[in-house]
Amino acid sequence: MTPTIAEPPAPTAAAPVVATARSTHVLRFDRPTRVLHIVVMVTFLGLAATGMPLLFSDAPWARALAMLFFGFHGAGLAHRFFGLALLGAVVWHLANVFWRAFVRGESGLFWGPNSMVPQPRDFVQFYQQLRWFFSKGPQPKFERFAYWEKFDYWAVLWGTALMGASGLVLWFPMAASRVLPGWLFNVALFVHGAEATLAIVFIFAIHFFNGHLRPGKFPMDMVMFTGSVSREELRHERAGQYERLAASGALDRLVVPPPTPHDIGRGQLVGGIGLSLGIALFVLILYATLR
Amino acid sequence: MTARIGLLCATVCLVPWLAGAAAAAPPDVKPPTTEDCVACHADASLKRDDGRSLAVDAKRFESSIHGPMACVDCHADLSKAELPHEPKLAPVQCASCHDDIGGKYRDSIHAWAKDKAGLTTAAPSCASCHGTHEIKAHTDKTSRVHRSQVPATCGSCHAGVREHYDKGIHAAALAKGDSRAPVCVDCHTTHDIKRADTDKWRLSVTAECGSCHAGVVDSFRRTFHGKVTELGFARVAACADCHGAHDILPASNAASMVAPARLVETCGKCHQGANERFVRYDPHPNPRDYKRSAVLWWANRFYWVLIPGCFAFFGVHSLLWFRRSMKDREKHS
Repeated sequence: MTPTIAEPPAPTAAAPVVATARSTHVLRFDRPTRVLHIVVMVTFLGLAATGMPLLFSDAPWARALAMLFFGFHGAGLAHRFFGLALLGAVVWHLANVFWRAFVRGESGLFWGPNSMVPQPRDFVQFYQQLRWFFSKGPQPKFERFAYWEKFDYWAVLWGTALMGASGLVLWFPMAASRVLPGWLFNVALFVHGAEATLAIVFIFAIHFFNGHLRPGKFPMDMVMFTGSVSREELRHERAGQYERLAASGALDRLVVPPPTPHDIGRGQLVGGIGLSLGIALFVLILYATLR
Repeated sequence: MTARIGLLCATVCLVPWLAGAAAAAPPDVKPPTTEDCVACHADASLKRDDGRSLAVDAKRFESSIHGPMACVDCHADLSKAELPHEPKLAPVQCASCHDDIGGKYRDSIHAWAKDKAGLTTAAPSCASCHGTHEIKAHTDKTSRVHRSQVPATCGSCHAGVREHYDKGIHAAALAKGDSRAPVCVDCHTTHDIKRADTDKWRLSVTAECGSCHAGVVDSFRRTFHGKVTELGFARVAACADCHGAHDILPASNAASMVAPARLVETCGKCHQGANERFVRYDPHPNPRDYKRSAVLWWANRFYWVLIPGCFAFFGVHSLLWFRRSMKDREKHS
């Protein structure tokens, strides 16, 4: 997920902008965005691991996975905790976007090259990307967020809204029954399971491939953990954004020191754990459905 | 040489055996035959000191499943006794032949009650259910353990449970001669009967209900109740919690726990404060049944298009991307 919508603010005075060997990197994700990604990552993994025993209750591994959380009761408690944390993170993000757009008066959040909102450009670039797949044309000049990244972003927003709403109904059926008929709990449980299957498999297969496992990124893209991308990589991968920033001179304001080995090591640890757990859960799902 | 060693071994082994056999059964005492026994026990007035009859109906015994056997095959301590024998006999050990069933019985709550809890006269042993000299195969309609007779046999002790059972739809089906109608032993088993209040036992019954009501259990497994119980946790409802155990009635019967008018009460046993809207929940949903719930049917349709569509789209997208990236790689290297 790439939840931040605006360009990151200019680096502080502590990171002076000078064209030295150290200034080969460009900031892509500011710290709050990176923290948000880690919160979403941890809560998503937690929700998947604590929900899957029930979703796949007939799988041979279901009981063992539940016992990791001290049984069904413990898994249920953890599931609610992770659910609240993810809901909180998404609500915080929406409030942040609202604040930036309407209080701070930031422009370009809802339209333009920095926006997460799907725009005609995305459909054109999707078509161009398909042509590139078949060597019929050059790779499109992507902007800050490519079409598959926008899809990820909206999938998380849409998914969290749906999972949050259905999850709360299932958590508080008695309160919900004051306004909702009981048969809606059946729908809520079905939607919670179906949307979970969609989200889990999408993240652990498609997002992992697009973001990390595809050639050129394999085994992991560190940008979401270190925050910065090399100038060369940006120029190659997001020619649209690079050329726009270079032309306006904004690129120099985004220059940051390259990540230290410590930053990279920490990113590899956190990302590696997340990636491994996700792939492990994905294998469990494959086993449960294909056996 | 080898033959000599063999002979030596045989002698060493056989001598104590022969000596023992000679000591235990002098050749002049033959085990009593059935005729010998019947000579006294045919007398219908033969009684023990406590008044219990000691009469044996030889005809009934001969028509029982053990008919071809001799009295001393079971009353083994009499095989060496002189007649008339001592009044106190050793208890018959059915398990000396039926050892697998004996093992199951010893694990049961009945054996526990008899041996550990000291209910020596109340708790059943083999004869309490199967009878003594008139034992018939369980497939024989006149057997006390034939399906049609099981409720009466168990009910001879569990009279209160039988009263509930007789009110239920399963007893009605059994009375009509439906051989598939469940009786006590289908859920509680025959010999290794366990306490009925353990989680493990409660959860095991669902499979038994499903042996006839397969579709109903399938739909139950789609619910939170069904999934949690499938995981082996009994905090939530299984079949009997809503439908009752012994006095199960169809929802169309006003006395049924799942009759529409009683749902608030039945659901309210766990879901305190359940109201009329709450009980419109379907404990047996079927997303493929449009008439049961149109919204669920549409939700199912929607995800059946969305999920495969989404994965097909991005699956192909990823494969094409992978192929193109590998091509680029080859070019560079």
